[in-house]
Amino acid sequence: MNTVRSLCLTPGSVMTSPLSVDMMDVKRFKEYISWLYYQYLLVTCSYVLEPWEQSIFNTVLLTVVAMVVYTAYVFIPIHIRLALEFFSSLCGGQHESTVAIIS
Amino acid sequence: MSRGLARSEEELTGEEVTVLRESLAPRWRDVFLQHLHHTKGGLYKRPFTESFEQAPLYVAVLTYMGFGVVTLFGYFRDFLRAWGFEKCNLAQEREEQKDFVPLYQDFENFYTRNLYMRVRDNWNRPICSLPGPQFDLMERVSDDYNWTFRHTGKVIDGVINMGSYNYLGFAENDPTFLTSVEESNEKYGSGVCSTRQEMGNLDIHEELEKLVATFLGVESAMTFGMGFATNAMNIPALVGKGCLILSDELNHTSLVLGARLSGSTIRVFKHNNMQSLEKLLRDAVVHGQPRSHRPWKKILIIVEGIYSMEGSIVRLPEIIALKKKYKAYLYLDEAHSIGAVGPTGRGVVEFFELDPRDIDVLMGTFTKSFGSSGGYIAGKKELVDFLRLHSHSAVYATSMSPPVAEQILRSMKCIMGLDGTTIGIQRVRRLAENTRYFRQRLNEMGFIIYGHEESPVVPLLLFMPGKVGAFAREMLKRKIGVVVVGFPATPITEARARFCVSAAHTTPMLDKVLNALDELGDHLVLKYSRHTRSSRPELYDETSFEMDD
Repeated sequence: MNTVRSLCLTPGSVMTSPLSVDMMDVKRFKEYISWLYYQYLLVTCSYVLEPWEQSIFNTVLLTVVAMVVYTAYVFIPIHIRLALEFFSSLCGGQHESTVAIIS
Repeated sequence: MSRGLARSEEELTGEEVTVLRESLAPRWRDVFLQHLHHTKGGLYKRPFTESFEQAPLYVAVLTYMGFGVVTLFGYFRDFLRAWGFEKCNLAQEREEQKDFVPLYQDFENFYTRNLYMRVRDNWNRPICSLPGPQFDLMERVSDDYNWTFRHTGKVIDGVINMGSYNYLGFAENDPTFLTSVEESNEKYGSGVCSTRQEMGNLDIHEELEKLVATFLGVESAMTFGMGFATNAMNIPALVGKGCLILSDELNHTSLVLGARLSGSTIRVFKHNNMQSLEKLLRDAVVHGQPRSHRPWKKILIIVEGIYSMEGSIVRLPEIIALKKKYKAYLYLDEAHSIGAVGPTGRGVVEFFELDPRDIDVLMGTFTKSFGSSGGYIAGKKELVDFLRLHSHSAVYATSMSPPVAEQILRSMKCIMGLDGTTIGIQRVRRLAENTRYFRQRLNEMGFIIYGHEESPVVPLLLFMPGKVGAFAREMLKRKIGVVVVGFPATPITEARARFCVSAAHTTPMLDKVLNALDELGDHLVLKYSRHTRSSRPELYDETSFEMDD
């Protein structure tokens, strides 16, 4: 089964020379990332699946997320520009027409 | 008192309490429930505080999502198995039998095949020592993802036992305590080989029944060889067709089975909810039997003392008031509460300071607090004499084995103090202390705990199916044995770990468990409680959190 399960966070770090402090930070960062991956496994219940099933699930999920990101990248600027144009034409057009009627 | 609550709490009626409770936002509703000190017109002599905090909504959403993922993969694996891409490890019919009615229903086992099997190593763990406060486990590993196990031969010893119903610590094998049991084994042998009504009525049974009746404060009692059978075989003897059974939503299977076997009409009321029970009673009395509208022959309310999955204690004073008002009968199953609650261990009746003569049928088991096996039914002499003649157990089931009866005698005498020592009462007090300490520390840490604050059964909510397996395995790595319960036994979103505090647990053991829980709570993110209580209870006597005017 997944070796990430046997992870335990080491509390606190001993003060040492600057080079090993960097290594400790990198190690802490890597531990944090693997703790995040563990949380993802628990929450989506992939923790109970066999490794090849986990790979399938991760692949499918990453594909879906990649497609969502790509669609957002391509379409959101266009949608925002069109929406701004629509609203500005609505408000701007209204101003002009009321001014015309009054004068 | 500030502007928030205009009247004092005692003046609020039941409906107003419900309305207030529902109208408050979730956080304040939970706070209100916990601090409610009303005594419902003097029925309760002490405040009744239980809490069933709801988790944040995202937890329920994620739980369903997790179940969805597992279900999808379940369908996928079933497809692979059906089309031969993968070996099927389950029992299957032979080709020649395929034309007949299926022996193994495929869909019913879906959940077992596809979720339970994956985390199956957390249940049915083989123990190779006495299940006292600590035990030894045989280590087993699986090479094919829990379809088969093999024992490595190693023994994991000194695992702290948080799962056994060993409330008073009578699961012990110290020879000095067990001399009388040994003597009775030598005198009577271990088998009785007959039923109560034939030749299985020994003098030790008579002695035991007198002692049980004295212990409970009733006229008479009768004992049976098996606790489950006590319920399943005696409810049909008491009620039949034309009677009504009002049973709590979360009653044990033995009570449900006994109720169904009896042939009476069964109506279910919401768990521990007195408004629901009263509504059903009123309907029953007013409308009578379904088609003929004749009055019911008997109305029997079946409840338990402590509900083992929720840790909640029954609202006994209110039920007795209702029973007297509507002239119904009460059957109280004290399987978990006898010996475990009450100042001298007499159960929920003593816990609420009530009269045992108010309850018509007192039932209990000897399995949990007395370290033995079997059950009893106690009450008025007429009732017990009737059961001696008409109970199915008395006619057909073998009576209790003599060493087992002697163990109950010695543990009951110990609790009552009749053996000349104070060991029994010390254990009862120790259990109450341990319970309070354990629950208080868990609440401070921020876990969601269900149930009454004085019940020794402590369910800790885990919610997500992935965390259930991870929790049990991580606790075993830290040499603590816990029982986790998931979907069919609990609602789908409320998987939990159930701790049973025992008088045999010492404070260092409980501290070890609590520290492990603290660590795991952070590691697995289990601390969902939104109102962590500090260890300064004087701040919580405020009933409103508005600024003083």
